[in-house]
Amino acid sequence: MAGSRKEILIAGFGGQGIILAGVILGRAIALYEGRNAIQIQSYGPEARGGACRSEVVISDEEIDYPMVTKPDVFVAMSQEAFDRYMGRLKPEGTLIVDSSIVRFDEGKIPPRAYLVPATLAADGLGRRIVANVVMLGAFGGLTGLVSKRALERSLRDTAPKGTEELNLRALAKGFEIAEGLRKQDLQGLSGH
Amino acid sequence: MSQSQTLKGIDYLQGNEALVEGAIAAGCKFFAGYPITPSNEISERMSWRLPQVGGIFVQGEDELASIAMVIGASWGGLKAMTATSGPGFSLMQEGIGYACMTETPCVIVDIQRCAPGQGIATKGQQGDMMQARWGTHGDHEVIALAPASVQEMFDLAVEAFNLSESYRVPCLIMAEEIVAHMRDKVRLRDPSELRLKERRRPDIPPGKKIDFHQLDDEAGIPPMPRFGDGYRIAVSAFSRNRMGYPITDRDLHGKLLRRLSNKILNNIDAIARFETSFLDDAEVVVVSYGTPARSAKSAVKAAREEGIKAGYVRLITVWPFHHEKLRALCGGAKEVITVEMNLGQIFGEVERAVARNAHTSLVSSPGVEPPTPWEILSKIREVA
Repeated sequence: MAGSRKEILIAGFGGQGIILAGVILGRAIALYEGRNAIQIQSYGPEARGGACRSEVVISDEEIDYPMVTKPDVFVAMSQEAFDRYMGRLKPEGTLIVDSSIVRFDEGKIPPRAYLVPATLAADGLGRRIVANVVMLGAFGGLTGLVSKRALERSLRDTAPKGTEELNLRALAKGFEIAEGLRKQDLQGLSGH
Repeated sequence: MSQSQTLKGIDYLQGNEALVEGAIAAGCKFFAGYPITPSNEISERMSWRLPQVGGIFVQGEDELASIAMVIGASWGGLKAMTATSGPGFSLMQEGIGYACMTETPCVIVDIQRCAPGQGIATKGQQGDMMQARWGTHGDHEVIALAPASVQEMFDLAVEAFNLSESYRVPCLIMAEEIVAHMRDKVRLRDPSELRLKERRRPDIPPGKKIDFHQLDDEAGIPPMPRFGDGYRIAVSAFSRNRMGYPITDRDLHGKLLRRLSNKILNNIDAIARFETSFLDDAEVVVVSYGTPARSAKSAVKAAREEGIKAGYVRLITVWPFHHEKLRALCGGAKEVITVEMNLGQIFGEVERAVARNAHTSLVSSPGVEPPTPWEILSKIREVA
């Protein structure tokens, strides 16, 4: 039940593309990184606005149990999701939070926390709807669990026609933000 | 349009999507269904995939009409299927009985959700397993399969059509929300590598009035004419004589009833499939089916790492239930643990199979999520 297994939890509200983010990530890893990746979604009866979560389990071995229990990485894209799932993150786990949406007590976040203003960055690209892809780019850059190239290929498979370029720019923006945050880490400026 | 639009190769799909591709690879050409979560991805994909292969998609006015259309389409000569969830599965029971009695090949998919009543529409359970067996009235046999992975959603869709065509019986795919919505890498097998089965058709020319209900082969499965080909045949769900006309006779009814059951039970060795591992020296065997089997496998592997002699059996075919085979598989085990996502339905069947030789226990969850590997592992430790 351990080994190379990594559990990823992405959570937010319906309409943000939370489930799609998990699908793009799972597809990138399973088809273009040659590892196993199972994606599971969880949502309420509402189409938009309700709590929504997408789970991805990554492993080099066969994945038996497909559910995420103690995430290694938690990507939080709404206040409700942050408040509800923060306690599940492994103590040494990585938090990636959309700091343009989520408010939190700086003292209560884990040592490996990255503040990514994904929604603001997406607004900057002209379409708030790509905040999920900005987050995916940041995830790739910060965790190293998936390459930019694999995510690009998966995005091209998945993005609706006519939105490919916008989505690829959003992905690049996420990687760029991640690079900035990692430099801060190296210089010991992150404060955490 | 042709079969050439069957999708091939590796993809990353949801269970429901993979199931549709399996059905189409098996030659499904008709789908009728009524929307219900968590089965909707099946209807949605069928609605654009079937026209690409020259098939027909109908959104029925309700579940009763949908199962009736599936039966009609099958008599029209098409491989036909519907998909629903618990509340709709309840409504389809009359039609399933009609299909059993008229020996109509068809595939019925139940993506089980938390029940009873409306339950929880977006969460899985294995609460309809006994309904699959006894939901429709009267003595009857059906075949029910329980997929545990996205690949199996594809593979067992093919298998369901093969079994249904071979035995002229409704074949049920009893999946649940988790495997239906799970996404994983899946190999969409080329139809050329699938051994597809087709129902036996009459080898006599149309026209003459013939006892189509009696032209048995050794297995007791009569050939099936197609409506419109000119054969003269009476088809109804009344108990019948060899010409298809209603009867009230004890012997004739008994003969029909036994043939309908025995065509399945006499072939149970070919129909009932199991996945097994670590059984050779197993003292504790964990029996499960569907998504919870993934937890069970994880727990059995962990127990083995601790040196506990644990074994694993997964029922791929749940109905007909092969008690004798399961008893043999559990062999010398002193304890047999059943794992399922309901309060204990198949547990009763496992007990019937093994209780004379082993102590039995149940690890279950009420749905939403399967029992965890840790819950199962702690039970294994307790009884080992």
